[in-house]
Amino acid sequence: MSGTWITARAWLLMLPLLAIMVAVIGWPLVDTVRLSFTDAQLVGTAGNYVGFDNYTKMLTSSNFTRTLITTTWFAAISVAAEMVLGVLAALLLNQEFRGRAVLRGLMILPWALPTVVNATLWRLIYNPEYGALNAALTQLHLIDDYRSWLGEPGTALAALIVADCWKNFPLVALIALAALQAVPRDITAAALVDGAGPFNRFRFVILPYLAGPLMVALVLRTIEAFKVFDIIWVMTRGGPANSTRSLSILVYQEAFSFQRAGSGASLALIVTLLVTVLAVAYAALVKKTAGSAA
Amino acid sequence: MLKSIGKTLLGAVFVGGLFVPNAFAETTLNALFMAQAAYSEADVRSMTEAFTKANPDIKVNLEFVPYEGLHDKTVLAQGSGGGYDVVLFDVIWPAEYATNKVLVDVSSKITDDMKKGVLPGAWTTVQYDGKYYGMPWILDTKYLFYNKEILEKAGIKAPPKTWEELGQQAKIIQDKGLLKTPIAWSWSQAEAAVCDYTTLVSAYGGDFLKDGKPDFQNGGGLSALKYMVDSYKSGLTNPNSKEFLEEDVRKVFENGDAAFALNWTYMYNMANDPKDSKVAGKVGVVPAPGVAGTSEVSAVNGSMGLGITAVSKHQDEAWKYIEFMTSQATQNQYAKLSLPIWASSYDNPAVTKGQEELIAAAKLGLAAMYPRPTTPKYQQLSTALQQAIQESLLGQTTPEDALKIAAENSGL
Amino acid sequence: MERKSPVFTVFVYVCALLLAVVILAPLAWLFVMSISPAADLAAKPLRWWPQAADFSRYAQLLSRAENSAGAAFTSSLRNSLEVAGMATLAAILLAVPAGWAVSRTPSVGWSLSLVIATYMLPPVALSVPLYMGLSYLGLLNTVFGLALIYLTILAPFTTWLMKSGFDSIPREIEAAAMIDGAGLLQTWRIITLPLAAPVVATSALFAVLLAWDEFFYALLFTSDQRAKTLTVAIADLAGGRVSDYGLIATAGVLAALPPVLIGLVMQRALISGLTSGGVKG
Repeated sequence: MSGTWITARAWLLMLPLLAIMVAVIGWPLVDTVRLSFTDAQLVGTAGNYVGFDNYTKMLTSSNFTRTLITTTWFAAISVAAEMVLGVLAALLLNQEFRGRAVLRGLMILPWALPTVVNATLWRLIYNPEYGALNAALTQLHLIDDYRSWLGEPGTALAALIVADCWKNFPLVALIALAALQAVPRDITAAALVDGAGPFNRFRFVILPYLAGPLMVALVLRTIEAFKVFDIIWVMTRGGPANSTRSLSILVYQEAFSFQRAGSGASLALIVTLLVTVLAVAYAALVKKTAGSAA
Repeated sequence: MLKSIGKTLLGAVFVGGLFVPNAFAETTLNALFMAQAAYSEADVRSMTEAFTKANPDIKVNLEFVPYEGLHDKTVLAQGSGGGYDVVLFDVIWPAEYATNKVLVDVSSKITDDMKKGVLPGAWTTVQYDGKYYGMPWILDTKYLFYNKEILEKAGIKAPPKTWEELGQQAKIIQDKGLLKTPIAWSWSQAEAAVCDYTTLVSAYGGDFLKDGKPDFQNGGGLSALKYMVDSYKSGLTNPNSKEFLEEDVRKVFENGDAAFALNWTYMYNMANDPKDSKVAGKVGVVPAPGVAGTSEVSAVNGSMGLGITAVSKHQDEAWKYIEFMTSQATQNQYAKLSLPIWASSYDNPAVTKGQEELIAAAKLGLAAMYPRPTTPKYQQLSTALQQAIQESLLGQTTPEDALKIAAENSGL
Repeated sequence: MERKSPVFTVFVYVCALLLAVVILAPLAWLFVMSISPAADLAAKPLRWWPQAADFSRYAQLLSRAENSAGAAFTSSLRNSLEVAGMATLAAILLAVPAGWAVSRTPSVGWSLSLVIATYMLPPVALSVPLYMGLSYLGLLNTVFGLALIYLTILAPFTTWLMKSGFDSIPREIEAAAMIDGAGLLQTWRIITLPLAAPVVATSALFAVLLAWDEFFYALLFTSDQRAKTLTVAIADLAGGRVSDYGLIATAGVLAALPPVLIGLVMQRALISGLTSGGVKG
């Protein structure tokens, strides 16, 4: 069989996938770009060309800056916490103790729980009048009075991050655990013989094995956290006083609530660009760690 | 084998696709309602059942969404060929819906009997630019509810007549240790907060707009927000109010955790139902108070109407359904959670029986209903106001600055 | 092997217990809420365990009486199943040939990288044209339309998993079959697909989980019982008029059961799928 024929056959086999992808991703993306230069409404007027008006309007609005900061905080803190908690849990699960298999099995539960159910569950837990968190903390005498966890800008974002972390750190833990189990025993043993302390053993012996998989998890989680919509929509809708409004929610408001498809599209593309820059930077980082870990 | 599996699977996908546009011999209407204040879901379902019994050739699919989703759902469904036929709409949306051709103009369908029989205040709910975009269905405003038992224990003889007095009475209740925070409001970042604010704007004689430009940042509009902030800071208002919607307020009031609460009509009979509520039989209701020298009572127009969407293919059947749902007979029968739009119903013993106190409050409150601004850009204005209210409550800005910024961001 | 001191052993058990509590407490509370009487859930101090377990809400949500809250819930359950099923089937059908092609012909691999890169796109960047397109095709508020849109999420992911699955099947086996005169389809049928079956199953499960979890597109593109999925139904329930938090919890338990069961039963396969993808990048 000739190489050309093999390549042609490969393209033929790819064709259905590529055709569908062009239809549901390629075309919409191109059309979003077109819309972003118009003042189109969601329903009704097709809109006129307005140049970069939408972009300048969105980029200079205080809403955008604020929302960008909020989203960045959310993504940075929740992903960092997920990584740290995930690795710690994986190190624990890599120890030998009774019930380890059961505990490892439980780790899949939060991850499998649908995001909306998770958000609803935590909203009930945080309820200021009848929530379990208030009840537990008061009964343990850790706080004197019931609090409004989702109603205070100081705690609302933190409360969201906790809910997000709870669902996602087990996934990191499972990935890290699988990597840990690939560390050859004789290497750790050798390090022990050389007199390396626990920290040094982790840093120089174990971490190189973890770095690759963790980097991938880090990239995926960061991208997801940056796109966050569901959990915030269900728990706070962006409140109080817009202190938990994410970029995706801002786009939803602009494009669908206010029906300004044009400026909504430009905002969506700005978000896309930010995520892309982030992903490319990360990809470079992954390559570097993969190189140094090998 | 793979081929045959593949074919079966593909077949399944396509058959699945074909299943969707169901072909009914009869007419099927899709109606959108809300799962919040006013008529309960059960009420709407049994009203609809009565309608389909009387019109066996029409089937009605009911859809309930939270109030927060009602506007977006209505607008988004415009794009679907088989969208809703009948939608519930809030008093603040006809301007936008008319401008964007979401609802059809039904002026020609409104009969003289309707015009004469329905309260004039209710008609403002469905009108824009002199045209009718539906029938009013829920005639509603926010009342001041109070817990009779708590007031009695505090030695308070009569519920407050002014907002100032409300604060004084709440202080007494707090000082006597009856409740830590006696007043509950719905000040979540949502339309609910704007409704409470509008009630106060009406009390302080403020204006939302003057010559089409924002004016809420001055005079009564500013005093209204200042009152909210003072009440919040004084500790008399339940601090959780800033994340409450109407349902949370009801829950707190029904649990006996609030002496005063601002809420819609529906709370009266729900809070008086011993099955759900711990305060049944102790529920008092009066019109929202006024401001000495400015107003006797205050009220927000929180009415809602039923309209036909422009994409409906069954506009005649849809109107038939609306006529039935808004008819005096139907409304009199279900007058516990929402009061009729028909003037003569208020003297009908079948309607007033067992809720004389509510009817008395309604007569004053409904007459004082104050509108939120009529503009196609209402959603944007409201979003700006919600932010201003929350930022001032949280002490992030002063009411003056917050409202000034809201005026700039209102899109007007 | 390092000899563990007793202190260290105790430390491990304490940490394990803590981790178990952290994982289980919220889930257990969700279930307890679903069987607690409404009054218990509004009690101060809160009652942590119901005096009498009350399973009536499950019956209420699963009842199929016409025009009831149960009918609304069960129809959304059915819609979720249909959408997840259809989208998964389609995704697998696209992923198997494409994944194989990339695995065996690396020179076309860049196109898959491009497809996978779309994972970065926030759904909001596609939502407006997708909304208008579905509207134009009359596919808004249909399970078919939603399943089609879900391919944006499912297809790249399943193709990626399939590709790494095929990578681990040696080409030599296929080559041997080909030399014996088997055509491509025959080779697939006899050799490749049976060997790849576990990967297909894993990819399908992931696809089902992803589709089951999706909220944003469902929120935008469905409006009533004909297509509304569980996630939207639960968000509606939680935001609507419910004096009873237990009912929301019950809906949550019911919606969580299928993915949680899949997760527990298929744990090993899911984790290996995740990590193989993760390790290979």
